[in-house]
Amino acid sequence: PVRHVTERIWSAQPSTEGKMAAEREPPPLGDARQPELEELEDGEDLFTSTVSTLESSPSSPEPASLPAEDISTNSNGPKPAEIILDDDREDLFAEATEEVSLDSPEREPILSPDPTPAITPVTPTTLVTPRMESKSITAPVIFDRSSEEIEEEANGDVFDIEINVSDPEKVGDGMNAYMAYRVTTKTSLSMFHKNEFSVKRRFSDFLGLHSKLATKYLHVGYIVPPAPEKSIVGMTKVKVGKEDSSSTEFVEKRRAALERYLQRTVKHPTLLQDPDLRQFLESSELPRAVNTQALSGAGILRMVNKAADAVNKMTIKMNESDAWFEEKQQQFENLDQQLRKLHASVEALVCHRKELSANTAAFAKSAAMLGNSEDHTALSRALSQLAEVEEKIDQLHQEQAFADFYVFSELLGDYIRLIAAVKGVLDHRMKCWQKWQDAQVTLQKKREAEAKLQLANKPDKLQQAKDEIKEWETKVQQGERDFEQISKTIRKEVGRFEKERVKDFKAVIIKYLESLVQTQQQLIKYWEAFLPEAKAIS
Amino acid sequence: MEEPLEMPPGEESKPCSLSEELATDPSLQVEISDAVSERDKVKFTVQTKSSLPHFTRPALSVVRQHEDFVWLHDTFSENDEYAGIIIPPAPPRPDFEASREKLQRLGEGNSTLTREEFAKMKQELEGEYLAIFKKTVAMHEVFLQRLAAHPVLRRDHNFYVFLEYDQDLSVRGKNRKELLGGFFRNIVKSADEALITGMSGLKEVDEFFEHERTFLLEYHARVRDTCLKADRVMRSHKSLAEDYIPISVALGSLGTQEVRQLQTSFLKLAELFERLRKLEGRVASDEDLKLSDLLKYYMRDSQAAKDLLYRRLRALADYENANKALDRARMRNKEVKPAEAHQQLCCQHFEQLSASAKQELTDFKSRRISAFRKNLIELAELELKHAKASSLLLRNTLIVLKGDA
Repeated sequence: PVRHVTERIWSAQPSTEGKMAAEREPPPLGDARQPELEELEDGEDLFTSTVSTLESSPSSPEPASLPAEDISTNSNGPKPAEIILDDDREDLFAEATEEVSLDSPEREPILSPDPTPAITPVTPTTLVTPRMESKSITAPVIFDRSSEEIEEEANGDVFDIEINVSDPEKVGDGMNAYMAYRVTTKTSLSMFHKNEFSVKRRFSDFLGLHSKLATKYLHVGYIVPPAPEKSIVGMTKVKVGKEDSSSTEFVEKRRAALERYLQRTVKHPTLLQDPDLRQFLESSELPRAVNTQALSGAGILRMVNKAADAVNKMTIKMNESDAWFEEKQQQFENLDQQLRKLHASVEALVCHRKELSANTAAFAKSAAMLGNSEDHTALSRALSQLAEVEEKIDQLHQEQAFADFYVFSELLGDYIRLIAAVKGVLDHRMKCWQKWQDAQVTLQKKREAEAKLQLANKPDKLQQAKDEIKEWETKVQQGERDFEQISKTIRKEVGRFEKERVKDFKAVIIKYLESLVQTQQQLIKYWEAFLPEAKAIS
Repeated sequence: MEEPLEMPPGEESKPCSLSEELATDPSLQVEISDAVSERDKVKFTVQTKSSLPHFTRPALSVVRQHEDFVWLHDTFSENDEYAGIIIPPAPPRPDFEASREKLQRLGEGNSTLTREEFAKMKQELEGEYLAIFKKTVAMHEVFLQRLAAHPVLRRDHNFYVFLEYDQDLSVRGKNRKELLGGFFRNIVKSADEALITGMSGLKEVDEFFEHERTFLLEYHARVRDTCLKADRVMRSHKSLAEDYIPISVALGSLGTQEVRQLQTSFLKLAELFERLRKLEGRVASDEDLKLSDLLKYYMRDSQAAKDLLYRRLRALADYENANKALDRARMRNKEVKPAEAHQQLCCQHFEQLSASAKQELTDFKSRRISAFRKNLIELAELELKHAKASSLLLRNTLIVLKGDA
């Protein structure tokens, strides 16, 4: 059924597009994409239905309402970031943001500064456990179904989108200068207006995109890929205009990282639906993302880590009746440690290979000079040939170091950051649980207060008490629903994440080994060419 | 059978490498059969097999230390009789300092290493120590073998003593005065050389020597530089090999802890890096032996050749001076006979030296060419061997990993 629907969309698209371009005049909005705006309205209904079939299992209480909401609002223009189910959830970010922004020169609050709800100490878990156990019995079923859907999504023609980040260009001068990157999208997905399009984006735009996605999705359990790290030193060099190899290296490193970031983000089925993402990819003008200083990848990481610390400090002894989560927590903890170790070792390898390259180049020059001063003709020629071989080998070493870094080392770095996001999401779940617990405690207190008031016979206060009880009963229910939802989402997300990770690692390992093979094959070629020269010495 | 000291000028000896000479000359064979490394010295067991009458027995065995070799070298270089010969350079002092330090630092309980990493590093460093040891033995051996192969030097009395005297030679190392003396002698030598070349009337009539002088001066400087650079390349290769150790270990532990789908990949990769490490290590040591050592040796040998040229120049200057003295004597018609005699002597000395030097320098060239040829061929063959092995290993691993998808 899924495939059938999507095919219909695709066949619909080309014809409407053609018609639009020919017949309509640009509506007064003054936006470049006018003709397509009509098409969007036409395609909307089809798309919404697609969304609901693609999203999590039909039986779940809340089909991820976020995407549907987003599409129904007409514009693709700047959106307030507050398309959030529950305002309270921002408290985490507000709290962390304050701390993070201390590091940055700008100290404006970045998200709506909600008052931080008081976090009450832990309740005995007896209230909770029975409920959770019943939930955990049903949880696996949902999980299974989700994994099926993941399969479909992975196989499907739905994920036909390719992103390239290229052509870094310096814009402006001095300290206000910045690098603009071309973001090209090639896709057959109907949610986009064209099949191929490109825009110019700067680094802070990427950070802005990530901040929006993180705000919307992190706290409900989606693993939002982290944006690349900021680098003050690197960027300053570029701004100042140092045209040396280290700044070109820096720009290339960043370009590659941005590309990987976008590719990971669009691979995420939920994030792909997000209008902010679409806007980022499509719209020629993007409102300048301010306040991104604090919300870089490192900033989000810090935020997530602070959240983790806060959670730990609260000494939540969450009775994890769901062994799956406990297991995952441990697993990701171990993986993080191992990857960090490996990453450090690979970085050392990159460094030494670069040294080897430099030393080989120096040796080649010296051998050439030696060849020049050698007075026996055949030996002189052989030495010059040796110098040439060594020069070529130097090139090889440089290319290999490149592969060491971009294929192997950067992958490890990316996954260390991704795992931090996973840990963050697990911590969010704990916080969610805590909130639910707190609500139950408060409800209990309200009930006790009401009972007291009944005895004291104060009718006006009694009504207020009853109202409060109603309010808190709702909150408790909401808390439980949220907790179930986030748990379910995380299970699905982790399953998808692990699948991606396995694929990623396997692909990278093979690519890296192929680079090593390539180097050795070249070495064989060079030395085989040299051998007769050496033998020719008489 | 006494061979004439003077070689007929212009006769080229055939180019042959040292080992070939040795193989065809059973009359004197020298080798270092064993060596023991003690706290701060190395004891070499020198074995000699000879049919020459000078020795009391056909087979001899003595124990010598590095200082004994240096002493022997110095007796040759300070002997005027051998002024026209390129004295084989003394072997360098055995230097295990760096290697020993590394092993010590490793043993000092560097807690950041896992047990596995520690064992591998230890293995690596012990291998390095052994390699240095083998090299120093080889260099001392080559020194003796060159002496044994040289038609003139092999008949030196001190050489026999060195090979036969079964007691300790008790050659004390140079004391500070002597070391300083040696140092000053070098300075005086270079100053003298500068003076001589600036001397008016001193003309280099022989094109051969003119060319050799220019050539050797530049060659020596170049080969010294290339030697340095080759050393750095070799050390980089070593670092690379060492880097594979923690990578392999980290991959191994990832492999055991990872999800089922990734286990094979990581474990295979860990194994791969372990074997790549060994290959990379061999590349490093082959470059060391075939390239670095070769260059180092010819750096020293070309210096010895330069020393020969200097001595000849000195003799030429003496000859010139004697000529001038003779002219002066003839002008004043006083003491002409002694002046004549002196001039004759100087002339003879110079001509003998020149003839011998010509032969020696020609030998030097052919020695150099064949040594470079041999080593460059062997280097290329070994590099090919290792690259092919690495390539095969990598391709096999790729097959396994691709099949595991």
